[in-house]
Amino acid sequence: MIASAITIVGKYWPMFWAGIQTTLLISLTGTVAGLVIGLFVGSARSVASKIEARESVFHKTVKRIVFIISSIYIEFFRGTPMMVQAVFLYYGLKPVFNWDPIPAGICIISINTGAYMAEILRSGLQSVDIGQTEAARSIGMTSAQTMLHVILPQGIKNAFPAIGNEFVVNIKDSSVLNAISVTELFFQSNKIAGSIFKYTDTFLVTALIYLVLTFTTTRILRAIEVKMDRPPSSYPTSQTVPEARVKQKPQNKISYVVNRVIGRCQDGSLG
Amino acid sequence: MDHLVEIRNLKKHFGNLEVLNDIQFSINKGDVITVIGSSGSGKSTLLRCINLLEIPDAGEILIHGNDILKGDIDVNKHRARVGMVFQSFNLFNNMNVLKNCMAGQMTVLKRSKEESRARAVELLKRVGMENFMGASPAQLSGGQRQRVAIARALCMDPEILLFDEPTSALDPEMVGGVLAVMKELANTGLTMIVVTHEMGFARDVSSRVVFMDKGIILEEGAPQEFFSNPKHERTREFLARFIN
Repeated sequence: MIASAITIVGKYWPMFWAGIQTTLLISLTGTVAGLVIGLFVGSARSVASKIEARESVFHKTVKRIVFIISSIYIEFFRGTPMMVQAVFLYYGLKPVFNWDPIPAGICIISINTGAYMAEILRSGLQSVDIGQTEAARSIGMTSAQTMLHVILPQGIKNAFPAIGNEFVVNIKDSSVLNAISVTELFFQSNKIAGSIFKYTDTFLVTALIYLVLTFTTTRILRAIEVKMDRPPSSYPTSQTVPEARVKQKPQNKISYVVNRVIGRCQDGSLG
Repeated sequence: MDHLVEIRNLKKHFGNLEVLNDIQFSINKGDVITVIGSSGSGKSTLLRCINLLEIPDAGEILIHGNDILKGDIDVNKHRARVGMVFQSFNLFNNMNVLKNCMAGQMTVLKRSKEESRARAVELLKRVGMENFMGASPAQLSGGQRQRVAIARALCMDPEILLFDEPTSALDPEMVGGVLAVMKELANTGLTMIVVTHEMGFARDVSSRVVFMDKGIILEEGAPQEFFSNPKHERTREFLARFIN
């Protein structure tokens, strides 16, 4: 089987490669566009969900409408399979846009991801301490300015692991777009397998390619996360940190685990 | 009648709890008022009502004679004129010290970047934090954070500065530095309302002491008179705990 898989790779590599490119194109643009959609919807929802007593009737009504419409959007796209959404929207809107599968696929994955991102960002925004909002409002910032300058930057940082995870999910889930003939990796593999009648061998290769893609992506995201992570915020309050120590490198995760294990071996609590 | 702030019949309740019950008092320009009292007496709520972080249920808050609780005032403009320093500092975690002091000036007061920067540096120098302009809040001690928070509030050139237990979250060694900054501000003629448990500050720096208990102002007066000769039993009880 492995020998056969290697032969398949050698012979059909250009087709796999084309599939990989399409998969990456769709999942990357879909994640980025979805993030933009999610930023708008998520922050709008976050603002709209807080109705203050002193606001005008007009403001309150607008906020309620925004909240209801965004809820319908989120519930629909999170509550139905992307494959169904793809087929429904692609054929449903074909008379209007007369679109090709790839642009259609990008649109669908973006809208779908946007629904998830909106909720991811909303919870990221909610995790920002209420004191941050109070401080911003107390110096006179409007709720929109508070969101833009103070809450959103912190919320995105909090939500980063979940945002990155959406990208990994999209690399895998873009495979359902084969239902509307998007020539991504699954579609290409199916074509190869169908032409040589070797489904198991071909899809062993496909699985490995997906694994490499997701594994690499996860590592890259983790590296970014470590970079973003500032030194821990739990300095003892009585300790003054001189400026020279401001740029402190966070401890590498692996060395942290290793040190802990070594520490435990030494104090005898392990083994 | 030229009071800077005048509070009339202010009421606020959370559920069944009467937090503020018919509060009245007035503040003149340059006053330094300390508000003392045990926890839950409504001190912080009173402060938060003045800059509308809490909306009172009834009553009037007049600033220069204009009621800020009437619908037609611009809440954000009002808040920009009334600075607030919090117990938990609440520095913007996504900005360094300098940016913390610039953000409000640029977004709210629409000052240019250069102007905001100059003002921020000036005020950070005043609180002794000019060497930490590039540090993020997480890298500062509590006392340093609070000094930056004071500078941030001052950058807005407020008419009144409200302090909500500014030293309660600090360990004893850090309290002195923050109080020194506040004392210096008081001497420059800034109008301040300070909710605090620092009796020394209340006695030495403030122009008037207000004692609150269960949502009402039980007693107020000049610090000398207030500390040497409290009128109410409850006030005496409270003060006894602070006098060694």
